Amino acid sequence: MLKMKKIKRPLSPHLQVYSPLINMVMSIVHRITGSLLYFGTAILMSWLLCIASGEAAYSTFQAISNSFIGKVVLIGYTWALIHHMLGGIRHLIWDTGSGFEIDNINRLAWGTLIGSVLLTIIFWILNYTLS
Amino acid sequence: MVQLNLPQKSRMIKGKNWPKPDSSSNVAEFEIYRWNPDNDDNPSTDKYYVDLDECGPMVLDALMKIKNEIDPTLTFRRSCREGVCGSCAMNIDGTNTLACTCAIEDIKGAVKIYPLPHQEVLKDLVPDLNNFFAQHKSIEPWLHTTSVPPETEWKQSKEDREQLDGLYECILCACCSTSCPSYWWNSDRYLGPAILLQAYRWIIDSRDEATGDRLDDLEDPFRLYRCHTIMNCTKSCPKGLNPAKAIAKIKKLMVERQV
Repeated sequence: MLKMKKIKRPLSPHLQVYSPLINMVMSIVHRITGSLLYFGTAILMSWLLCIASGEAAYSTFQAISNSFIGKVVLIGYTWALIHHMLGGIRHLIWDTGSGFEIDNINRLAWGTLIGSVLLTIIFWILNYTLS
Repeated sequence: MVQLNLPQKSRMIKGKNWPKPDSSSNVAEFEIYRWNPDNDDNPSTDKYYVDLDECGPMVLDALMKIKNEIDPTLTFRRSCREGVCGSCAMNIDGTNTLACTCAIEDIKGAVKIYPLPHQEVLKDLVPDLNNFFAQHKSIEPWLHTTSVPPETEWKQSKEDREQLDGLYECILCACCSTSCPSYWWNSDRYLGPAILLQAYRWIIDSRDEATGDRLDDLEDPFRLYRCHTIMNCTKSCPKGLNPAKAIAKIKKLMVERQV
């Protein structure tokens, strides 16, 4: 036993070899989008601050948000928000004890991904057609 | 603790390329994790070639053929060869399963075989499962009673017995627990899907009289609540059981006993 303990044993590979199953990937994305929302809230706050500060500040915000990078960030933020919301609904369903069959696990995972992309597209189409 | 990459000495290097059989056209390639405690080398992946016309249909058949005919140093656990004992659990083609019930023909391309993920390796495909079994022991997986024992056995209605279906079949192969990223990062404190399924098996046993104690024991941010419903466990179970659902039911019982 003492001799065994001295051997430095390797750790078997994990993320390196495990298939990126959709359920696992959506779980990771749920965490990432959750963290992104933190920064999204900062954007929202700075938008509100700019409104409160007056016309000049608001125009600056508008200029930044209408730039290419600004649009990418805003579209990314809405996608993260919607993805995280759908993920949250998925977890609510699981909290009731349903949706645990492998088929349903896959449906819910793909539904979160496809649903979030579709809703984001619809949101921005509506945003541009209504404004 | 989350560590996404492998420690320096655990990283795999290119291993030996074993010779192909010269006769057959029906040859499958096997890429297998190797690590020998007797030298100081990093783990490696060896390539073997097996004539499928001369081999049984399952991955375990190929492993036995390799060990018997090509490389006797290849080390792995196996016993029943029919999905009952759970010894030959390993990571095959990217998911955890039993080598004895995994058909070679279902795998596209080279068959990649690693030990169960994120475990200390004893040798080649043999992981150290001491922590896993110690965790099983910690939930006291036997009947707890305080009533006076009956003259004969503890009886159970047919309906109560049916509650154990989908739970008692677990063979403790550790496929589910070692497929779980939460278990990878926190196996020192999180019990993992297999053990929680076992815990639930005793919690809902109508004959057991320690349900409250069992729930108390699990009410912990790590032991139970490190489960984030990632669902790799349910997907990997070679017996078709549903550990994620058992865990969800424990979580529900936790809430229900407080309302």
